[in-house]
Order: sequence, then structure tokens, then C-alpha cells
Amino acid sequence: MRVVTLSAPDDVDGWRDAARGLLADHVAPDAVVWQVGDAATDLFAATAAGPPPAPRHDAAAPAMRVPRAFLDLANNAALHQDPERFALLYAMLWRLRATPRLTDDHADPLVRRIETLAKSVRRDIHKMRAFVRFRSVSDDAGERYVAWFEPEHHIVRANAAFFVNRFASMRWSILTPEVSLHWDGAALQEGPAAERGDAPEGDPIEEVWKTYYASIFNPARVKVGTMLREMPRKYWKNMPETALVPQLLATAQARESGMIDKARARESTVGDNARAAWEALRDEASACTRCHLYKPATQTVFGEGPVDATMMFVGEQPGDQEDLAGQPFVGPAGQVFDRALAAAGITRAETYVTNAVKHFKFEPRGKRRIHAKPDAGEIEACRWWTEQEQMLLRPKVTVALGATAARSLFGKVMTIGRERGRELRLPDGGAAWITVHPSYLLRLPDEAARASEYERFVEDLRMAHAALG
Amino acid sequence: MAQLDVRQKLEILADAAKYDASCASSGTSKRTSADGKGIGSTEGMGICHAYAPDGRCISLLKILLTNSCVFDCHYCINRKSSNVRRARFSAQEVVNLTLSFYRRNYIEGLFLSSGIIKSSNYTMEQLVEVARSLREDHHFRGYIHLKTIPDADPELVHQAGLYADRVSINVELPTVGGLRRLAPEKDGARIEGAMGEMKAAITDTADARTRYKSAPRFAPAGQSTQMIVGADAATDGEIVRKASTLYDRFGLRRVYYSAFSPIPDASAVLPLQRPPLMREHRLYQSDWLMRFYGFSTDEVVAAADEATGMLPLDMDPKLAWALKFRDRFPVDVNRAPRELLWRVPGLGTKAVKSILAARRWRRLRLDDVARLTVSIARVRPFIVCEDWRPVVLADRAELRPLVAPKVKTQQLELFAA
Repeated sequence: MRVVTLSAPDDVDGWRDAARGLLADHVAPDAVVWQVGDAATDLFAATAAGPPPAPRHDAAAPAMRVPRAFLDLANNAALHQDPERFALLYAMLWRLRATPRLTDDHADPLVRRIETLAKSVRRDIHKMRAFVRFRSVSDDAGERYVAWFEPEHHIVRANAAFFVNRFASMRWSILTPEVSLHWDGAALQEGPAAERGDAPEGDPIEEVWKTYYASIFNPARVKVGTMLREMPRKYWKNMPETALVPQLLATAQARESGMIDKARARESTVGDNARAAWEALRDEASACTRCHLYKPATQTVFGEGPVDATMMFVGEQPGDQEDLAGQPFVGPAGQVFDRALAAAGITRAETYVTNAVKHFKFEPRGKRRIHAKPDAGEIEACRWWTEQEQMLLRPKVTVALGATAARSLFGKVMTIGRERGRELRLPDGGAAWITVHPSYLLRLPDEAARASEYERFVEDLRMAHAALG
Repeated sequence: MAQLDVRQKLEILADAAKYDASCASSGTSKRTSADGKGIGSTEGMGICHAYAPDGRCISLLKILLTNSCVFDCHYCINRKSSNVRRARFSAQEVVNLTLSFYRRNYIEGLFLSSGIIKSSNYTMEQLVEVARSLREDHHFRGYIHLKTIPDADPELVHQAGLYADRVSINVELPTVGGLRRLAPEKDGARIEGAMGEMKAAITDTADARTRYKSAPRFAPAGQSTQMIVGADAATDGEIVRKASTLYDRFGLRRVYYSAFSPIPDASAVLPLQRPPLMREHRLYQSDWLMRFYGFSTDEVVAAADEATGMLPLDMDPKLAWALKFRDRFPVDVNRAPRELLWRVPGLGTKAVKSILAARRWRRLRLDDVARLTVSIARVRPFIVCEDWRPVVLADRAELRPLVAPKVKTQQLELFAA
């Protein structure tokens, strides 16, 4: 049994020299025990007592050529905290003699295991570069920056060049439980292991940094899993900003719903260009092809009225005359609607009038175009526009004229007879009323029924108007 | 306005900047300050110095110079009609803040944007001045990302490219209609024109550097852009197509997708609720498929639902594509070309590379593939190996329950009281 003693846990050069000698002597991996200093790195080290035998290898023997890929792998994997790392690497090196292409076989169990070690080390190196936090202290020579860091693997020396290249003009120290590094602006020195207490307590800039951390967090999107995957808790204790996390998360939900409630309460403004936004929306809708109704129809009949209207009426769909005119509610039903509005004391010019479906759906019958009821798919396709109009106007009261409008606004089938005459809540929280479509009044055959239904319609409008307050 | 100290300004101006998704510090030229002059270094790979609870990386000091703005874009928290508190940093304050954060290893550099004050040129001058001061007065070698203003003088934009590692202009919304409606003062054509000019400048200097070593570097980390998802009518299919055009036409390094999120003091034009964050994630995945997995735009769009044009939220787009085109599978890991292996759900580019290297020497078995992947159970139905053939699986009419991720129950609160 050969015992190899390395000078430090990250003594990669020592491992390489020893491995070269062992190979030359044809020592099989299971006949070698690796240890660092006095500490055994192997379970069987204790049985292998006694002075190591003198190297016997023949200096004249040709050195084995090792693929570059293996050296890169070994340089990283050898820094892992796993006590078996040196033995594993020697085992792979041993196999490389017979199979030089082993480094390509990433599916081999041993190669895979070593690659996993190397990956873990590379990650730790990267995280150290990311999570070291310097604190500034002043001494006779000016400012000095000191950090306390606890890496997972033996990576501190391997990482020194990065910090030298980045902070060459600063004086800094990185203290770790294994070794400490000191840079004086010209040369790097190593010091003994340090303790957390050796590092300074705080730095006034940390408060500014924490302010930044809290402000850059978007409470409307919480993804704790992603944060923890990339910034595991083991690093938290040395990062000042992480102290804020519990509080930020605790208040996030409340902050987001606060924003929504505020928007709902209509405290917010549309801004100067509400009209411009509405015109853009109308232009966009004029080219709408979200359902097939655009094909036979003459044009999109978009809503009409001031963008600051407090009352919004939603009808079913444009009729024959609306389709030609490009305006909602100008045909026979529109005339009934105008009359009823006047009777209820509402000025149409102050309201916004639109339709749930914005293209005329019809069946040609000879020279006439007979109104056809839009189906659920068409209502759904057009709902996007009505929702946009609703969002832009944020009316205090929305009135659904007929079942199609109610379906579009509420997203489900509503029974007019049961729901009319009282205030309802839209899914977005706004107030809404449901009544019949004025064309329903035109279709009633009985004169008396028509009169009484008309009165009821006017009464519905009056109640909805009164709800404006 | 009462005088605000730097910390109060930072609170306002970082808050205002957080709706920009990009925080990348990667892909630039390699620099160090080993000469002892100045400070900072960059590697090819960026470094994320912290993560916020929103899962986003904090790599750069991401702030606005000012959140005052003459524009009134509805989706933007800084629009003219918004009631947010306004603040303005001086160039010197930004420089000092950047350096003091950098020295403590909090950041990789600076990402500076701004609301538009006075004029586009004036604003752009201010941004360039910060970058100039960092680079020339302090020899700062860290990363700088500057947002450029579409209407600014080309000479100013050019200077920005000389100081910055990356420059970006946001296209903001995936559809022209959406932009007209939500940002009436912005002009899609002008934004794209500016991106085109930027591309030309980047190509020109890269070309010059192949001939003259002394030619200046110009935005070595290229340009990027951002689109807001969920504020207009665009479907995933349309967004993917738009992104693909942007990559092709302007040679962008990255297109960022930002799920629209409610902002304080929102304009009434905006939807109240955010779209699911998963939608943003699925768009990034489809972006990856196009950039690294050899998927064409049409193929990614084919993974979306035909009726709605939306990518499925409950599985990644690659799996959705594979389930839709079952006839392309199984793929033989010992024979199939790279392009076909890339299409196997559960095999990443790294695993594919390893498979290609290993199979030159021996035929791979299922155990071998298992060592290269996270979950062999997901991969199994789609591959053939030396000792594996998904006979029964391939005949199953419905593969979905086998490979689709389990629907998670509501995520538990980590810090629940």
C-alpha cells in the first residue's frame, strides 16, 4: 500500500506529481491511499501506517501523455471537498492509459461522477465571485476592503486571480475558514485561516445597497424557487441584503393587490392621450379578423361617445343600417333607444354606446339582409374589444342591452328576467345593470305589451342612471 | 421639490427601472484592471451578484437617471400623467454610486436608462456623460449597458456605443396596434430604424477591427430589446414571430419578454390582472428553441394551440411539439443526427453533445443516457437505445399523462407566519 501525503486540500500540483510517479511505477489505484497533511482522506488510511516507500519509478521512462480535457477536469475536481476526489482522479488517470478517449465518454459512471465534482467546484468558484461582500475600513494608508466568505470547496486560492484582476487598484483581504488572501495593490499574500469576527462588522454603504435591493424587487412577481436555486441559503448569512427577504415577501401580496385596488377605485387617470388611445383602438378594430364575420360585413362598427363618459351601453351587434353607416344604434332599434333614453332623462351624447359584437351578422334573403344571432364563439372573439373599451373608459355604470351583451360582459349566460332591475357586479368589479335590447320592444306583436315593456325598459334605464349618484 | 438625498433618489429611480427585465452582464470583451489603473473586469460570462425574491438576477446597478418623462405611455409607471414621486440623479451621483457598489463587489456594472426630459438629445447627452465619466475619469472596466433614445442624434448614439458594452432600445409591444394604443407618442418605425442603424454601426466596427487592431470597440455585447407580454392582443405565436424577425433583421443578442405586471398608479387603459408568469417563461423557452435547438419559427409556432395561438402553460414548448408530432419519434440516440436529438424532450444541448461524443466509441444503453439527463422517465418514450425500444409506449394513444409534469398544488409560502 502506497500512502501519498499532499501538502494542502487544494494541492493539485502535488497530486499531479505523485500521480505521475505512481503511474510510472504501475501502482494500481486500489493500492494507493491519499491524504492531506496528517488528516486521512480515505477510510483505509489507518491500515496503511508506516513510512511511504521510496519512489522507484524510472526517471527515464517516457511520461504518459494526458489529454488536455482531463487536466482541465482534474484541476477543478481536485478542489472538491469530497475526501475521495484524489483517489477518483487517479482511478480515471489509470484507465486513461488503456482508453485515452475516456474523457469523451460522459456517460461512463466514473467520468460522470468526476464531472459532477468539477461542476460543483466551478459553481462554487462562480458563486464566490458573485457573493463575496467587501466592507470598507480605514487605516493609516487609506481605505481597505475586507470580506468574510465561507466557500463550500477548497477554491479560495484558485479564485485569487479573479479578484486581483478586478480590484487591482484597491487594497483588499478575503478571509475564509481555511486561508486568507491579502492584496496590497502590488502583491498577493496568504495568511492563516480566519474567523468571522476578524472581519469588520458593517459598512454604511450596505444600507444604500439594501435600499437598492428592496426597490428593484417587483412585488407583483414572486418567484422564490428561482431565487433559492441560484442563491442557496448557505450563502445568505454573509450577504447583508438577504436579511430583507422575509419582509419583502410578506408584504408583496399586499402591495400588488393594493395597486389593483387603487386602479379599480378609479383614482388613476387615463392621461392626456385617452382619446388618442381610443382612436388607436378603433383603428385597430377596423382591421379586425378575429372571427369570420368581417368577411361579409361592410365595416367594423365600433363604439361611440366621449372617452370620459360615466355610463356605457353595450348592445348586441350592428344591424343593417348600422353596418352601412358605421355607427351603433342608428336604425329602428336605435330610435327606440334614443326615445327611451330621453324619457329616462339621459343625454345620449354624454354616454358611450357600443356593441358586444362589432360586425353585422346576417343571412341574405333575396335583396335583404336578415339579422342573425351571433354565436358564443363570435361573442368570445369580439369580447377582447369590449374589454378594451371598458378598460379605457372605466365607466361608473355599464348597461347590458339584451342577452348577448350580458354574456359578453359577464362571460357567462345571464337570464334577463331574473337579473334585471338591480345592480350587479362585473368580473372586474364595476357596477352593471341588465335590461332588454330595444329591438325586443319592436318585435312584440301586442300593442299593450309593447307599451308596458317600454315603460319597464325606461324604468331600468332610470335606475341605472340614478346609480351614478 | 424638496431636496432628496441619494438614498431616497435611489429608492425612486431603482423602483422606476425594475420593469426592464434585462440584467445581463455577459458576452462582452474580456478586460481587467491588472495594470493597476482604474477598476473592474469583465469575463465572457456574466455574474449575478444577488437574486431578488422575484427570481430576477441582480447583476447591474439598474437605475434611471430621472423618472420625469414628457411621454405618456400607458404601460409605463413613469408616464407624464402618473402620480409617482419624481427624482433626478446628477451624472456625478450615478458615477459615485456605481463605483462604491462595485468596490464592494455588489455589482458587475451599470444599466442606465432615463425618462425623456427636455428633448431626446438632451437626455441622451446626460446618459453618455455618465458612461464617459466612468470610462475616462475613473477608468472603469466593468460592464455598462445604456438605453438609447430612438430620436436622439445619431452622433450621440454612436458615442454611447463607444463607451457601453451593450445598448438597447425597447420595442415595447409586439404589435403595431398595441404600440399605437399604449404608447401614442412612440413610433414603431422609428424604433426599428434606430435598431437598424445600431446594427450597421456594430457590424462596421466589428469589420474594421478585423483589419485594424486599433479600431475602437463598439458595443461589444451587442444590442437587445424588450417586449411587454399581456398588455395587448398579441398571441404567443405572434410574439414568437415578432421576436424571430427582430433577431434576423437587427442581429439582436437577446429579446427579453416581460410579463406585464400591475404598476402603482396604473393608467386605466391597462388590464388590471397580470398574465400568468408562466407565459413569460414559456416564451423564453421557445426563444431558446429557436436560438439553440435549431427550431424554425414555424415549428415553434406549431407547438402553440391552433385555435388560440397560445403555447400550453402546463408543459414546455418542446414537449408540446413532440406530443403533436409523434411520428418523428422515437429517435435512435446511437444514430440520429444532432438536429433530431435536439428535438427529444428532456435532452438539452449539453446532453446531446455528450451523446455525440460518447457514441463515437461505443453504443449507448438506457443507463448511459440516464446519467446524462435529469429525468430518464421523461426521455424514455422518445428514444431508442442499444437495450431500449419504447414499443408499448409508442403505441399508447395518450402519452401526455406519462410525460407531462404533474400539476403542482398551490406553492406553499416559504415565510408564512
